Amino acid sequence: MKKLLIGLLFLGLIVGGYFYFADGEDNSDNDAVTITCGMVGLEHKTCKEGVALWEKKTGKKAKILPAPNGSNERLTIFQQYLAAGDASIDVYQVDVVWPGLLENHLEDLKKYIPQEELDTYIPTLIENNTVNGRLVAMPWFIQVGFMYYRKDLLEKYNRPVPQTWEEMEETAKIIMEGEKKTGDNIWGYVFQGKAYEGLTCNALEMMNSTKDGGTIIDHKGKITLNNSQAAGVINRLSRWIGTIAPEGVLNYEQEDCRGIFQSGKAVFMRNWPYAWPLLNSDDSPVKGKIGIAPLPKGGKDGHHTGVLGGWNLALSKYSKRKEDAADLIRFLTGKKELRRRAIVGGYFPTIESLYNDKDIVAANPLMKIMKKVLKTITARPGGQTGSKYSQVSSVFWNSVHKTLSKNGTAEENFATAAEKLNSLSKNGTKWY
Amino acid sequence: MASKFRSDLTKERTRAAWVFMLPTLLVISFVAGWPLLRTIWFSFTDASLSNMSAAQFTAFENFEFLFKDSSWGTAVKNTLYFAVISVALETVLGLVIALVLNSQIKGKGLLRTAVLIPWAIPTIVSAKMWGWMLHDVYGVINDMLIWVGFIQQPIAWAADPKLAMISVILVDVWKTTPFMALLLLAGLQLMPQECFEAARVDGIHPIRVFWRVTLPLLKPAIIVAVIFRSLDAMRVFDLIYVLTGGSSETMSMSVYARQQLFDFQNVGVGSAASTLLFLMIGLFTIIFLLFGGIKGDKIK
Amino acid sequence: MRNVKQKVLIYSLSLVIIIVCVFPFYWAVVSSLKSGTDLFKVEFIPGNPAWRNYLEIFKEQPFGRNIFNSVVVAVGTVSLALFLAVTASYALGRVAFRGRTALLVTILAVSMFPQVAVLSGMFELIRAMGLYNNLLGLILSYMIITLPFTVWIMTTFMKQLPKEIEEAAIIDGANTWEICTKIFLPLLWPALVTTGLLAFIAAWNEFLFALTFTIEEKARTVPVAIALMTGASEYELPWGKIMAASVVVTLPLITLVLIFQRRIVSGLTAGAVKG
Repeated sequence: MKKLLIGLLFLGLIVGGYFYFADGEDNSDNDAVTITCGMVGLEHKTCKEGVALWEKKTGKKAKILPAPNGSNERLTIFQQYLAAGDASIDVYQVDVVWPGLLENHLEDLKKYIPQEELDTYIPTLIENNTVNGRLVAMPWFIQVGFMYYRKDLLEKYNRPVPQTWEEMEETAKIIMEGEKKTGDNIWGYVFQGKAYEGLTCNALEMMNSTKDGGTIIDHKGKITLNNSQAAGVINRLSRWIGTIAPEGVLNYEQEDCRGIFQSGKAVFMRNWPYAWPLLNSDDSPVKGKIGIAPLPKGGKDGHHTGVLGGWNLALSKYSKRKEDAADLIRFLTGKKELRRRAIVGGYFPTIESLYNDKDIVAANPLMKIMKKVLKTITARPGGQTGSKYSQVSSVFWNSVHKTLSKNGTAEENFATAAEKLNSLSKNGTKWY
Repeated sequence: MASKFRSDLTKERTRAAWVFMLPTLLVISFVAGWPLLRTIWFSFTDASLSNMSAAQFTAFENFEFLFKDSSWGTAVKNTLYFAVISVALETVLGLVIALVLNSQIKGKGLLRTAVLIPWAIPTIVSAKMWGWMLHDVYGVINDMLIWVGFIQQPIAWAADPKLAMISVILVDVWKTTPFMALLLLAGLQLMPQECFEAARVDGIHPIRVFWRVTLPLLKPAIIVAVIFRSLDAMRVFDLIYVLTGGSSETMSMSVYARQQLFDFQNVGVGSAASTLLFLMIGLFTIIFLLFGGIKGDKIK
Repeated sequence: MRNVKQKVLIYSLSLVIIIVCVFPFYWAVVSSLKSGTDLFKVEFIPGNPAWRNYLEIFKEQPFGRNIFNSVVVAVGTVSLALFLAVTASYALGRVAFRGRTALLVTILAVSMFPQVAVLSGMFELIRAMGLYNNLLGLILSYMIITLPFTVWIMTTFMKQLPKEIEEAAIIDGANTWEICTKIFLPLLWPALVTTGLLAFIAAWNEFLFALTFTIEEKARTVPVAIALMTGASEYELPWGKIMAASVVVTLPLITLVLIFQRRIVSGLTAGAVKG
């Protein structure tokens, strides 16, 4: 008994001491602006440097609060923080599809940043972050889907870098068959086909690359999913499963694709820019044998595009230091800092003119390719659908996933999906 | 002892019992009662995650929504399918392991430890581990199956919804069969050894002994174990969440509820889904208890 | 002859069981020693073991702190749950008062709550008490997972204690508190160890609450830290490190299991079969 008591006492001391010290840390800088940013490796480092520069410039204090790295987990936690009206975080790093979701809790940044400065940003981004006429987040860095290809294999079979999806299919088949003869099993194309947000991106950019292939929901919020062009694109994608794409893509995320491509088991891959340096790392079997290009067009009259991904900075409505926080946002998303980030970390800037900057282009070869698709970037319908976006996206990816797993045609699944979207949106007109 | 003394004592003891129960009751009503009541209340409102305090009473609207939503129907079906198949497999395999553990062999400690490993590994870790091992291109399972010659082509385990459900079940079986085995082992160890001794002396075939003696005697233990596991299986969350993501084809009721609550911010619908799940589990418990109770008595 | 056959059957079955149970863990160890492209190859013994994965998980993130958090949470949960369970089980196991069965059933009902069902309410509660991002909040919320079974198992053990001891104590003039702490507790040590261990494992492995109720990296427990581990860029998954971290977390549990396997078995069985 004594032992137990002593044990408990001891434990109490440890726990108590722990909380004492943990609290002590948190109370130290009460008037600092708190920002959540850069939860992963390099991102964290670049963000810290940027914040330090702001501190030096203004003489004010800022504190970085790391949030979960998983995008989903991060959103959940932010939502809970914001729902509770918590003032402990002033600046949030938000995904490009969240402005609509979090709009209620975010300040209009037009109040803090002059219009002529806003005009220098890529218009799609400003549009994406404007909900109900309010600019709720400043674009910070972006990314789009690219097509990675095996340079060596294209040369071996004397094929050009495919400009259209049709060409890609043909080339993939030729190379697959050719390699089979020499006993090497290789897949033609890998992409993110798991039932998650990534599939929405993959399917949407493919639809959008065709002429009139369309959107899920247009600019005005009208449901446009149920059209034969879009269905045709997804039906074609479904045909690819088991022929040029492994059946496993139905459960692939980014890293699964990279794994296959990196071990030399695929000719083409759709992936985000992060994969480029990894594929070119020293122990990579495909190092030096690969190329990267914009995603193919849908037919001759289509266009190159990619779905917009990336991150923004937003100001919490519940912040008690709005002026300082807005200034920090303005600094971090300002031209000078974006330039620094592009050179140091290779982050794609959100100001169009920076893509002509020699130092930036020299620092990252992908900048040139990004520049090609900047004008035709595809935004997901986050702004139009507001807080309903995640549901819209889930309805869409489920209908695509169903088609890909050969459970009904795209026409059938899109019809059902459109109906679902209709009931979500109060009859296809109002989303929030 | 005088009866007066006795009844005084009983009174005093009853009072003491309640005092002793008090902290636990407080904690339970606090951490379990309150949240559950909140959830039930939310299920009758249009609460949204971004504005919980502005929730309006909407009567049964959320439940109507659920009954109309085909994804919820699929989730219910998936949950039941998962629970029935996985518990059935776990019971059979658990019984086998329990019998092995109960036999006279050397190295029992090793076997027992090995069996406990799957259970001790955090679910989130084992789900990720299995996801990795079941990968169609660089997963080790396909590699081994091809090497043994069971399959010609690699199988995309988690890709096709039907196959994905089977994979989820297999992983669950791996993880929880040990637990089942231990519950059944307890039942085996409580059995009167004389019956088996007698059977052995009479030279009755062990398989006959199993069907005629062991199984009937073990029935109560099996029923209890099945109840425990079924209730647990109906709540399945982490495994499906990690292995198959947000596909409505493989979603369980818990995954559906979480998606509504957090991904879609529909606290109302999510709470309604949670409430239904809770009611369903409660209903099953009552059925199981009645069913199990009757059977148990008969055997005695 | 039949005996030999039986023996062969049982031993080969045991072998299969051991392999199936242990292989995934072995595979985690193998994967934890790989990095870069090696991860995408199937190798049963890593040709070029990357021990640095184990160093990096401690260097690149506060994994040591995460382990410390997990220990604090698990030990805190065990202490609180055992304290509550011992007092409650004394009442439930030794005193025949009205409403006892109802209480036991209520406690059992709590153990059936789907965690998701109480998540939003629990979140409000944690916030209201100011325990968000605080390990105390986790300890408190874990009561919902651990209390039902600790109470239930301890009650079973309490019931088994011989009545004579208690009667003798009453005649000697001991009060209820003294009976519980001075006489029963020493007898219950083995049961406490078992139940405590089960609660420890439950708390150590819990994910959903830990994910929802903490935000800062240094407040995370181990399962959350592992689930949210990322590489240098947003989408990169450092599999080798994730597996290294998994091995590090699982090893103490396996050690515990190795030492206490007999006790775990008896604890599990006492709780289930007689309850």
